[in-house]
Amino acid sequence: MVNQKLNPDMKLAENVFNNPEMIPTRNGFGEALLELGEENKNVVVLTGDLTESVRAHKFGEKYPNRLFRMGIAEQNMMSVAAGLSAVGKIPFVATFSIFATGRAWEQLRTSVCYNEFNVKIAASHGGITVGEDGASHHATEDIGIARVIPNIKVIIPVDSIEAKKATIEAARIYGPMLLRLSRDKFPVITTNETPFEIGKANVIRFGDDVTVFASGVMVYESLLAAKTLEKEGIDVRVVNVHTVKPIDEKAIITAAKETGVVVTAEEHQHIGGLGSAVAEVLIENYPVPMKRVGIRDVFGESGKPRELMEKYRITSKDIAKAVKEVLKKKFAYN
Amino acid sequence: MSFIYWGGKNMQDNLKAVANNIRKDIIKMTAEAGSGHPGGSLSCVEILVSLYFSVMNHKPEDPEWEGRDRFVLSKGHAAPALYAVLARSGYFPLEELATLRKLNSRLQGHPHRKSLPGIEASTGSLGQGFSIAVGMALGLKSDSRPNKVYVLLGDGEIQEGQVWEAANTASHYKLDNLIAILDHNGLQIDGHVKDVMNIYPIEKKWEAFGWDVITVDDGHDFEKLLAAFEKAKQQKGRPTIIIANTVKGKGVSFMENRAEWHGKAPTKEQAEIALRELETW
Ligand SMILES: Cc1ncc(C[n+]2csc(CCOP(=O)(O)OP(=O)(O)O)c2C)c(N)n1
Ligand SMILES: [Mg+2]
Repeated sequence: MVNQKLNPDMKLAENVFNNPEMIPTRNGFGEALLELGEENKNVVVLTGDLTESVRAHKFGEKYPNRLFRMGIAEQNMMSVAAGLSAVGKIPFVATFSIFATGRAWEQLRTSVCYNEFNVKIAASHGGITVGEDGASHHATEDIGIARVIPNIKVIIPVDSIEAKKATIEAARIYGPMLLRLSRDKFPVITTNETPFEIGKANVIRFGDDVTVFASGVMVYESLLAAKTLEKEGIDVRVVNVHTVKPIDEKAIITAAKETGVVVTAEEHQHIGGLGSAVAEVLIENYPVPMKRVGIRDVFGESGKPRELMEKYRITSKDIAKAVKEVLKKKFAYN
Repeated sequence: MSFIYWGGKNMQDNLKAVANNIRKDIIKMTAEAGSGHPGGSLSCVEILVSLYFSVMNHKPEDPEWEGRDRFVLSKGHAAPALYAVLARSGYFPLEELATLRKLNSRLQGHPHRKSLPGIEASTGSLGQGFSIAVGMALGLKSDSRPNKVYVLLGDGEIQEGQVWEAANTASHYKLDNLIAILDHNGLQIDGHVKDVMNIYPIEKKWEAFGWDVITVDDGHDFEKLLAAFEKAKQQKGRPTIIIANTVKGKGVSFMENRAEWHGKAPTKEQAEIALRELETW
């Protein structure tokens, strides 16, 4: 019954609500690298002493001459990748998101994006679900600081299958691109048949009362929230905004027009990320009441990923709450 | 200040006993947490014990004491070692060690200044702690204050460009109140430091950057470490780095010199074996 609301064109996994497989999205990146190695000999990988953590080790075993271990020196690594691109390589810089987007931010901006070199960033260990390592290793501002740079594309794969597709796509199209990947296991909700086009948001659940725009693991949380809210007669549309930049303006405006109110949900600060990107589109085109679910301008801490999602209020419960709050505004306006 | 242990051979025996307890703490803490960094914690135990139980001026009962020397764990992932040393110095109750890496704990995965007394700077992002220590030394020296600043670096960590920017700054400002220690265990996550991204010759590099270099051939030997610190304290006109040759995973046979034990916690069974080994060490 519930599944009737899922968009059949999205070919989601049949067991979405029944113990979906749990896989870190970084694994999809690692698998894609193996295929890319075969497909294009110009694909090379640079790592910052975290080769296995970012799942580049198998590529290194298969193509030892195309994995460059750069040591613990991320700023250098980013600019070296720019140089590799200048001579025709397709470099993937693979390290933790906090170091890729944070430590090496200006190298990403000026060496890579200003030059518009063909560098791909595999920013693993995104978000707060990094868990026990604590706030020094959580990347909760990465999307915000990456998407403000001109020329870059920013993608948050929803699961390991989408991560694989995004990685393969990244190597095929020219230009700087950042993939935000997870350390923690995320539910596999898509299939090989699910459409994936960079820049095109996927409506994965139909609904007319409110739209939830979500990215990464929050897409699944949004589906769970929608399922709960359905029992209360609230009809929630869920959109997987895997590409935060360039953002799918058309999809956002259409959904806002059709549902009247929107919620955003992301594993990121509620400032600067998906919520901000959606707000930017709506405020200039079709302002509607909106609520953002995200980390509320604080640093995280050590803990299990799930515990942190609960403590920092980014679970399906928080989405459901935001939906109800924003719906009150809808009726107030009417 | 040697507030618990006093001079001579006896002191070194006492320090050894403390070090052994701290090794056990590290094993118990990481096993209990189910994650963490035992390898690089075990390699710096004697260095930290020397500092906190003999070399440094500090008052655990008054962590903000003006007269204290500063210590920065630039290789922040060795937090378990630092926490155990702080607890055994009296900064907080030993029982709290069991909360490492758990939700709401003061013992964050990497040291956090705002959550635990005795932590001078939040670290974990390699290279930054060293620069923070340089800033502390610069500020203290410009006010002609006598406090020293100690900072512990990993040998993989010195691949960071920031480390060499800081090294340059320290010698430029003649920071003779700054004493760096390099935990020279030869390993990082991806393998041997010399294979991943060669850093050698390290002595010559630090000398070329204007530092006085003291090499301690066995960084687990208190007599040698304490002598090196004594010498470093007398330094005038430039900063000192003590290059301490250590063994990653020291004290636990199956962890020694194995990169795979960098960031992996022992299982309960492995922890028991490790603790038994340390019992008779
Ligand atoms: C800027 C930065 N890059 C990468 C990491 C991930 N990381 C944590 S520890 C480590 C290896 C450190 O090796 P080393 O400095 O030799 O430490 P030790 O052997 O003493 O544990 C790496 C790469 C980090 N914490 N910070
Ligand atoms: Mg090392």
